[in-house]
Amino acid sequence: MHTGQVLAVQQSGEIPSEYLTFTLASESYGIDILKVQEIRGYDCVTRIANTPAFIKGVINLRGVIVPIVDLRIKFNVGEATYHEFTVVIIINVVGKVVGIVVDGVSDVVALPAQSIKPAPEFGAALDTRYITGLGTLNDEMLILVDIEKLIGSEELQIMDTTEKSQGEAAI
Amino acid sequence: MTSDGIDLRRFDQVFFEECAEHLAEMEQILISLGDREPDHEQLNAIFRAAHSIKGGAGIFGFDDMTLVTHVMESLLDLLRNNEIPFARGMIDLFLEAGDVISMQLAGHSEGKPVRQEAVDLVRGKLQQVIETGAGKGRRLPEGPAPEPSPAEKGCEEPPLPSRYRLTFTPDPEIFSRGIRVESIISELSGLALPGAFQCSAALLELPELEGFDPERCITKWQFTLDSPAGREQILDVFMFVADEEQLCIEELPKRHAMLVCLPDLAAPPAGSPPHQVEPDPPGRRAYDGNEMAPGAFGRRGGEAQSSIRVNVAKVDQLINQVGELLITQAMLAQLSVGLDPILHEALQKSLAQLERNTRDLQGSVMSIRLVPISIVFNRFPRMVRELAAKLGKMVELKTGGDSTELDRGLIEKIADPLSHLVRNALDHGLENPAARAARGKGPTGTLQLKASQVGGRIVIDVIDDGAGLNRDRILAKAQERGIACSDSMSDEEVWPLIFAPGFSTAEEVTDISGRGVGMDVVLKNVHSIGGRVQIASEPGRGARITISLPLTLAILEGLSVAVGAEKFIIPLNVIIESLQPRPDQLKSVNGRQVIQVRGDYLPILRLHQLFNLETEVLAPERGILVLVELDGDRAAIMVDALLDEQQVVVKSIETNYRKVEGSAGATILGDGRVALILDVTELFMMQKKI
Repeated sequence: MHTGQVLAVQQSGEIPSEYLTFTLASESYGIDILKVQEIRGYDCVTRIANTPAFIKGVINLRGVIVPIVDLRIKFNVGEATYHEFTVVIIINVVGKVVGIVVDGVSDVVALPAQSIKPAPEFGAALDTRYITGLGTLNDEMLILVDIEKLIGSEELQIMDTTEKSQGEAAI
Repeated sequence: MTSDGIDLRRFDQVFFEECAEHLAEMEQILISLGDREPDHEQLNAIFRAAHSIKGGAGIFGFDDMTLVTHVMESLLDLLRNNEIPFARGMIDLFLEAGDVISMQLAGHSEGKPVRQEAVDLVRGKLQQVIETGAGKGRRLPEGPAPEPSPAEKGCEEPPLPSRYRLTFTPDPEIFSRGIRVESIISELSGLALPGAFQCSAALLELPELEGFDPERCITKWQFTLDSPAGREQILDVFMFVADEEQLCIEELPKRHAMLVCLPDLAAPPAGSPPHQVEPDPPGRRAYDGNEMAPGAFGRRGGEAQSSIRVNVAKVDQLINQVGELLITQAMLAQLSVGLDPILHEALQKSLAQLERNTRDLQGSVMSIRLVPISIVFNRFPRMVRELAAKLGKMVELKTGGDSTELDRGLIEKIADPLSHLVRNALDHGLENPAARAARGKGPTGTLQLKASQVGGRIVIDVIDDGAGLNRDRILAKAQERGIACSDSMSDEEVWPLIFAPGFSTAEEVTDISGRGVGMDVVLKNVHSIGGRVQIASEPGRGARITISLPLTLAILEGLSVAVGAEKFIIPLNVIIESLQPRPDQLKSVNGRQVIQVRGDYLPILRLHQLFNLETEVLAPERGILVLVELDGDRAAIMVDALLDEQQVVVKSIETNYRKVEGSAGATILGDGRVALILDVTELFMMQKKI
């Protein structure tokens, strides 16, 4: 491709973004693939006392303690069962590594910017605040989630709102 | 060297660190002087520090810093050369200047505000000392007259000049190091007698035009000068510039005809006329000997620095990785337990070897983070000096065990509590000379700071020979503040009362201490790093406050316990004993169960209750009670079973999650699972809420 063409494409915003798609109950969701660190199975979760039910606990991810959030419980969709096929998406946002439990991971898709439509005010298990738009893929609707906003939200209680002893306990 | 140059910003951090070191060194020397006059060696050391700061600041473009250091350096230079008599106020002035430079440094490195008026004030003061003191010096006859100003040369009989021929073949990278050859030339010409300086340049190679890099120095210079200056003074011009092999100095026979050394090539006009009286620019100057170190001119080559600077993040990463290795090793060890020792003898031997190796490795890696406590102790001489002056007391500070090493993280956190204790000892503990005389003590009080390693802990003592703690006053104050106490309490019970929040027995609040925010903060800070504080005091004889700290925060000796399906780690340092209670030891107070152990009644903390865990062990007599004590609070933690005593690597939960109530962090067990480390203080608080 000539340089001129690349520029033209960039200007018209046609470089497609890639999304990792996953399912919660019957709905398909997509998150920015660049925010995803890895995908792994669900095991060896250590419970943490006095936390909401959707915080499943923490795991040892190669020496790093990572909290696990079950989005199915949080958003009241699907059945929160755990077996060998339960999938955890490890996400790296706002300087934190967090695992989210979903029903299943489907695919990585590329969506051009113009195929993303603004989200309506209602209609998904997720609050519209965390939805950046709706994408269409093979006649199927994909709900695009602003995972950074979701993880950073007070609702999930992952961040310390007081921001006090940051790093104090770190070695 | 690439054509796009180098970004000096990258080195800013190095400069900041070095500058801070130089400042600390300078301060240390100044403080050690007391009121004595510094000897030549000490003056030189201070001077070197100031000079290095100035040089660095100049290279990195922090011009505001060069201004102060320049004036300071000028004064020091005059002092060294006995052109200005030493006055006692100078030490304070230098200290003040050091503070201003620190402030400027903080301004550059952390963006802290810089009070320009303070900077100007210090500069003005320094300048004033230079002006008023100039000419009053006791000029000593011996020694080469260093850098006489042109005006002085006329009226004084100069030493017989020597003729030097210098061949300077600089390192090709010299420009990228920020060195300007012009300033060297003008400095050299300043050393030369009027009209007796010649300079010529020659190209070492003639590169192809395409390959020509203007930032590479391919020129070699030859200078010829008649100068009264000594050889060392000339060498010093090249301080930080040239290595020995790059500079060749020949002393030519005296009274040699001037025109012998004709330029090889069409040379630039021979130097600048040395008689031009210019304002002394804050740049390089020539300085006398002493800075000569073996190896390179002006470099600290003698005391071969056998250390390297490493980013703390890298060390932490290394520690983390060794922690990982430790966990992997523990996993392997666990997997091999079930194997038949006869069939797998070789494997088990290797695993044992692996265990030893990993422990050794861990020890070595942990020691990287250890730094000597002198880093903290060094800040006290000055504080004590200033406080003592303010309070009108005479105090001698003695430090011991300066080389005791502890974790860097601990060093940072122990500094504030220690300075609180030192302030307290000076303000409340030590008496003024009159009061001391009345008690038959010498007028000078002694304050001792001692550090030592005792077992797996570091012990720091703050000892003063002052009045000691006043039992009656503490009790009276405690009653006034509504703190539970009684006259029958033993001394050991009375002293800790001063740790209560808002407690202060100082009769008047000074700006040094007495606001009552001290001791409870000390205790809290020390606790936050796993330490303990003890007080011993004898009326009229003095007090001793002892802080004991763990060696490191990264590794913890713990007891792993099981509750239901979960495992927890209880730090070993809080555990007194573990026992399985007999039914007759269990009593009930207000519906809550307590256990009677040797006459004491301790509350029972049920972990499964605090952490909402499911377990089959609900009665204390079926489980195990772990008796813990922290800050005089005692309790029995009820668990299902004791598992193992082990060293665990402390991991932060907060890196990726929020603070978890009741835990001081987490660790990874041999099976790869995460276990929480219990924070006993928080457990006590959680229990109170139930």
